[in-house]
Amino acid sequence: MSQQTLAEKILSHVSNREVHAGDLAVVPVARAMTVDSIALSVMDVMKQLGCERVHDPDKIALFVDHVAPASNVATADAQQKLRAFAEAQGIRAFYDVGSGICHQVMIEEKLVTPGTVAVGSDSHSTAYGMVGTFGTGMGSTDVGLIFATGKTWLRVPETLRVDLRGKPRPYVMTKDIILRIIRDLKVDGGTYKAMEYHGVESFSFDSRFTLASMSTELGAKVGLIEPDEVIKKRFPVPDWLYSDADARYLRRIDLDVSTLDPQVAAPNSVDNVHDVGELKSVHVDTVFLGSCTNARLEDLQTVARIVRGKRIAKGTRLMVTPASRTVLMNATNDGTLSTLLEFGAALATPGCGACMGRSQGVLGAGEVCFSTGNRNFRGRMGSPEAKIYLGSPAVAAATALTGFITDPSAL
Amino acid sequence: MPRIWKFGDDIDTDQVVPGRYAPYMTGDPELQKYAFIENRPDFAKQVKTGDWIVAGKNFGCGSSREYAAQALRKSPIAGIIAKSYARIFFRNALNLGIPLYESDELNDRVQDGQELSFDAEHSSLTVDGKTYALKPMPGFVHQIIREGSIIDFVKKHGKFPGE
Ligand code: SF4
Repeated sequence: MSQQTLAEKILSHVSNREVHAGDLAVVPVARAMTVDSIALSVMDVMKQLGCERVHDPDKIALFVDHVAPASNVATADAQQKLRAFAEAQGIRAFYDVGSGICHQVMIEEKLVTPGTVAVGSDSHSTAYGMVGTFGTGMGSTDVGLIFATGKTWLRVPETLRVDLRGKPRPYVMTKDIILRIIRDLKVDGGTYKAMEYHGVESFSFDSRFTLASMSTELGAKVGLIEPDEVIKKRFPVPDWLYSDADARYLRRIDLDVSTLDPQVAAPNSVDNVHDVGELKSVHVDTVFLGSCTNARLEDLQTVARIVRGKRIAKGTRLMVTPASRTVLMNATNDGTLSTLLEFGAALATPGCGACMGRSQGVLGAGEVCFSTGNRNFRGRMGSPEAKIYLGSPAVAAATALTGFITDPSAL
Repeated sequence: MPRIWKFGDDIDTDQVVPGRYAPYMTGDPELQKYAFIENRPDFAKQVKTGDWIVAGKNFGCGSSREYAAQALRKSPIAGIIAKSYARIFFRNALNLGIPLYESDELNDRVQDGQELSFDAEHSSLTVDGKTYALKPMPGFVHQIIREGSIIDFVKKHGKFPGE
């Protein structure tokens, strides 16, 4: 096999034949997952197929994270049904309220394997690309079919290769890098495509998650990072898992990150991106430090470092929703959490929380939010009259300190 | 005569059905009532059998929630013609058997509410005396639509299209 991108390599290996961009492949799915808000639809698809048992309970994972704890009777009832399903099907990878966000737990618990295909009923399943897993999001019909058959169909994607060069300035994070890429390529710039990132050797394990998961905001099918030593220390990486030197890319993008300013996406589109300085007159009511994009230990520590010993701006709130129970425990043990609470933060249960606007911090009309999440569509976090800005944890911290969108290096 | 419902670029799944109206939140399976409830409140009440949605680029972007596609499947629309689709929406709509076509020019040439006639055999749409050729869909798309949905396909053939 030669001239292959990472996506082509993985799909060739799992389908036992050489495939290239444009080919249709039916592939085995090593792990499929669904969440509380979608699970009933997935179960319904199995019913329509006349399928009573999942194909392989050890290749499935289930999460109660999207509206967790339940916010009303309808969500509580749905979660009860999901618990009963997990029990009846013998699915061991079941993570109930408080465990954390599905994608975070998939990585923490090593439920995904480099060089295989993993599918979630959630668009940010591209996150698994951070360890070299072909992770992609699908709807409930596709996921229901995988639960029943263990397989799915895929069109092998063309690849956009991104090479990062240079060392970012202090307070510039991978969130700024991916926002910069989205600013250039726009929200449909990667539609149907694979993203393949190179030049990440100096970036931490935690920070790579953001690049892979936010590839979804480009419309991409998958966001792959070629695994290096940082990944090999924690995951079994097959020796064939690299892109060929002569691989054919649809496009190559070089990005010098050494001169990059912190980037902020303004309402109501993720590609409405500005240098942070251009938005410094924007007053913020709520800062949301959460979501699968940026609520890991490193993110919480970044905020704590900036706000230590200080008080939150009057008239501004900080909602901290750790990505997982493990993150919350680690942040408790190393003192990060108490720093945030002393600063004036409110703490929510690990999970999606306010990111999807159904519970634990829903926004009201006219409210302005600075979020470390990934989407700022109208109505995403509650009222369609609320405004959402997206940026890094470092900018979130500086913003909570001053009450206005603030460049942390200007403090 | 069936009519055109015209939409712009980047219509996300929250504009098709806002998250607050998800069946998970309301327990209400009558999803078609909520199609475009905030974006085009007249849609659900007035859409008629055979009407087409004609949209710009990246239709259905945003989340993977399939109920956006389901709400359209349950509505009487005949299909969608967009400049392009978001990836997950494309799969979802196709899996449910909604005919999906692409056309670069149609959206810029037609008006909301214009009457149309669709020719399935030639993949073309006629509006106001002018006929527009639509990009042909790949073979597996036809296979799925012919059986009704991907679930019908897999039930009947015991495998995926192309397997
Ligand atoms: S944290 Fe937000 S983006 Fe991530 S899975 Fe949850 S709802 Fe989706």
